[in-house]
Amino acid sequence: MSTASLSTTSTHSTMPTSSTTSPVASAGSKSASARVSHAVLYAILVALTAVFIGPLLFILVNSFKGRFFIADAPFALPLGEYWVGIQNYINGLEETNFFTAAGWSFFITILSVIVIVFFCAMTAYYITRIKTWWTNALYLLFVFSMVVPFQMVMFPTVKIADILNLDNPLGMVVLYLGFGAGLSVFIFSGFVKSIPLSIEEAAMIDGCGPVKNYFLVVMPMLKPVMITVAILNAMWVWNDYLLPYLVIGLSTPYKTIPVVVQQLVGSRGANDMGALMAMLVLAIIPIVVFYLASQKHIIEGVVAGAVKG
Amino acid sequence: MLKSLKRWGALFMGPTLVSFGLAFLAPFFIGLYLSLCEFTTVTDASFVGLKNYFTAFSEGQGFVQALLFTAAVTVIAVITVNVFAFAIAYILTRKLSGTNFFRTVFFMPNLIGGIVLGYTWQTIFNAILLHWNTTLVTNATYGFVGIIILLNWQMVGYMMIIYIAGLQSVPPELTEAAEIDGAGRWTVLRHVTIPMVMPSITICLFLTLSNSFKLYDQNLALTNGQPLDMTEMAALNIVNTVYNRIGFEGVGQAKAVVFFLIVSAIAFIQLRATRGKEVEA
Repeated sequence: MSTASLSTTSTHSTMPTSSTTSPVASAGSKSASARVSHAVLYAILVALTAVFIGPLLFILVNSFKGRFFIADAPFALPLGEYWVGIQNYINGLEETNFFTAAGWSFFITILSVIVIVFFCAMTAYYITRIKTWWTNALYLLFVFSMVVPFQMVMFPTVKIADILNLDNPLGMVVLYLGFGAGLSVFIFSGFVKSIPLSIEEAAMIDGCGPVKNYFLVVMPMLKPVMITVAILNAMWVWNDYLLPYLVIGLSTPYKTIPVVVQQLVGSRGANDMGALMAMLVLAIIPIVVFYLASQKHIIEGVVAGAVKG
Repeated sequence: MLKSLKRWGALFMGPTLVSFGLAFLAPFFIGLYLSLCEFTTVTDASFVGLKNYFTAFSEGQGFVQALLFTAAVTVIAVITVNVFAFAIAYILTRKLSGTNFFRTVFFMPNLIGGIVLGYTWQTIFNAILLHWNTTLVTNATYGFVGIIILLNWQMVGYMMIIYIAGLQSVPPELTEAAEIDGAGRWTVLRHVTIPMVMPSITICLFLTLSNSFKLYDQNLALTNGQPLDMTEMAALNIVNTVYNRIGFEGVGQAKAVVFFLIVSAIAFIQLRATRGKEVEA
């Protein structure tokens, strides 16, 4: 009976409620109500999916429409006279030099993430293993830097970057190491604490010096955290707008994607809606590809970062 | 045996400390000092005491208004984001098939940067408001509702992931025992599940609170404070004061110090308040 009721359709599922109080019937009505609530939950989830994907589809659809139709008929499909093919993309690429910006975004993000992961892991290892008052103080300073809003240090940082000639992509990497150190050192330290010291002692007895010990014994054990830290920093650096805008500025060829998108709209109030839609699509594509390729690590990274934080 | 490591401090700490000093430590202390100065560059600063702080709170600065707007956005966003995120996480941890697909979809907006996100939503809101022949920047209420919707769309997926991790770590024996004792679904949720996921709630409240309070990119892209700076949040107000008004750099820096103190105080109070409610399994 209960297996039968599981396979009945939803119209049948209301029937057992009218039947009597036999234990079999009540078991049947219970699984039926569970199935109804499952159906409701799926309906909610599908509706939410539309809410979450809708905005992206809206941008994609409009990126193929003529610019005046985007304003007049924003929810129409790009068919017939609305359709302009890839003209918006051609205009947008010309106006923004988008591929150059994408190149610098990739350059700055990849190099920053490598530098952050490599050096912050070493720093975290050192301040966790060497316990003195000043390593403790440094640890607290790193944690403290996570709470401080960027505006607090914005003006002096930009001036320092200017004076020291850090207003270029390589200089950005130096600054990102400094700003990324707080969270990264914090996550690495939490993990280093959980590594038993006896493994390292064994390596030392076998003749490993501290540097060899770190690179051959400790660093391989840090690999899963390194992936977590790399992903959290990649998301942040790739999307960061204010630091590259203020440090590198608009009059250089080193602009990143967020900077050119803001420049495309901010200065002239988006008079070419078509080009804007096309550039938004191009800006979203790399991050979605990255996400679909490494979503397992991203989601694990978010959880690990949150639990440690 | 760690003594031999001690000598390698320069190698292990050097690059991180130099960068941290340049990007954070030195600017932090210079920033504190500059908030007491009148200046246009760091080198021509002259000490003026607390004058900048008084100016920051004076009329015409828009700072108080920006702080109040920020607080309103934060309160509503923190409540809505966490309620939605928890509800979705609760649904996705029931035994339904295909939950991985939904998780993947709901998390996606998080990866899209604030500027791109802001313009995406600006276009959508304007497309909807077109039906009433109006735009996002004609009425501050639209801007407020817009920021709330945008923040929910962006942050719900992230918090959902953290809540799912929390819900999955609740031992099933606990909820089963409560059900056997005759507790209904709501009672179990209120008295067993929620106390057990308190660590997740602490983290999610902290993240939503600080993300909403420090919001800049989305605010800039969505309304840029229009109309009449009525939708200008604190971070945007500070950046505009420092970079768009000649002679007000010191006032902007003083606002930044106030902003830093408020953010730190809120974070500290919130962490203490919810940490105290966490229980051990």
